[in-house]
Amino acid sequence: MSDAKDWPLWEVFVRAKGGLSHRHAGSVHAADAKMALEHARDTYTRRMEGVSLWVVPSAQITASDPADAGPLFEPAEDKIYRHPTFYSIPSHIKHI
Amino acid sequence: MAKPDPLFIYATRLGDDSLILGQRLSEWCGHAPTIEVDLSLANVALDLIGQATHFLGFAGKIEGRNRDADALAFRRDVLDFGNCLLVEQPNGDFAQTTARQFLFSTYQELLLDKLAGSTCEDLAAIAAKAVKEVAYHRKLASDWVVRLGDGTEESKTRMAAGLDWMWRFVDELFEVDDVESKLAKEGIAVDRSALRAAWDARIDAVLAEATLERPAARRPVLGGRRGHHSEHLGHILSEMQFLQRAYPGATW
Repeated sequence: MSDAKDWPLWEVFVRAKGGLSHRHAGSVHAADAKMALEHARDTYTRRMEGVSLWVVPSAQITASDPADAGPLFEPAEDKIYRHPTFYSIPSHIKHI
Repeated sequence: MAKPDPLFIYATRLGDDSLILGQRLSEWCGHAPTIEVDLSLANVALDLIGQATHFLGFAGKIEGRNRDADALAFRRDVLDFGNCLLVEQPNGDFAQTTARQFLFSTYQELLLDKLAGSTCEDLAAIAAKAVKEVAYHRKLASDWVVRLGDGTEESKTRMAAGLDWMWRFVDELFEVDDVESKLAKEGIAVDRSALRAAWDARIDAVLAEATLERPAARRPVLGGRRGHHSEHLGHILSEMQFLQRAYPGATW
C-alpha cells in the first residue's frame, strides 16, 4: 500500500441520528470532496453509525496551540458557579 | 435424476453472480492502492456475499434437498455454477477491476430494480434490499471510471484497457434462454434482454464524462449460465471451497 501522499487529509464528522450534532469520527485521505465523502461512508458508517456525513479539509481547521492551554482553559477551572448545578430540579422533570 | 426446477436454476444464477464477484473482490483485501479504497472494495464484496447468501438460501429452499446457502456455495462443482463469465474474470490492475464493477453493477442495478417487482415474493424481497446496495456500487464504480478515464495519460490508458478486456463478456449479461424466458412470462424472472437499451444509455453517459471511447464490438463469449466457464472459475473455487472440502461441515 502506498502512503497516498498525493491525497490530502479530510476530517470526518458523523451524525448518529436526526437531532444530534455531527461528531468528529476520524479522518480519510481523498483527492477531492466527492471522494472524501465516499471514503468516509465506507470507513465510518459501515456499521450503521450515521445518517449524515460532513467532510472538511484538515488544512482548513485552525486549532488552538497546546502551549496556550494554560491561559486558555485553566482560568475556567475554579469557576464552578458557571455550571447551572445550583438549582434543585423538580423530580417530575425528566429531560433537562 | 429429475431435471432441476427452473426457479432453482434462476435463483442460483443470481446468487452465483454475486458470490463469485464478491469472492473476486475479496482478493483485493490488503492489496488495494490505499486503505480507504481497500475498505470500499471489501464493503462491496461483503454486500455481494450477503446477496448470494439470500439468493442461494432461497434456491436451496426451492430445491428441497436439504442444501442451504453454504452447501450450494462450497460443495458444488464448477459445472454447476451459473454465474456469468464477466464476474469470474481476473482482477488485473485497479482499472480492470473498476471496469468489471462498472459494467456489472450498472447491469445488476437495472436487473434488481425490475426483480423487486417479481411475482415471486422471496425474489422480490431480496432484490428490493439489494438494489440499494448496488446503486451505491454503481455510483462508486462510475466515479472511478470518470476519475481514471479523465485523469492522467496513464490512468486513461489503463481504464481503456480494462474496459476493452471486459467488453467481450457484456452480451452474456443480456442473454435469455428457455429457462428464463418461461419464468419471465410468468412474471417471476426479469427479461434480461429488455435491460440492454437502458444499460447502453447509462454506460455511454459515464464513458462520455470519462472522455473514453466505447470499446469496439467483439465477438461475444457466452456459456457461463450453462456451466461452461473460463479457466478462472476453477481456481476461484479451489480457494473458496478449500476449507469445506478438506473439513466437511467445519464451523467456528
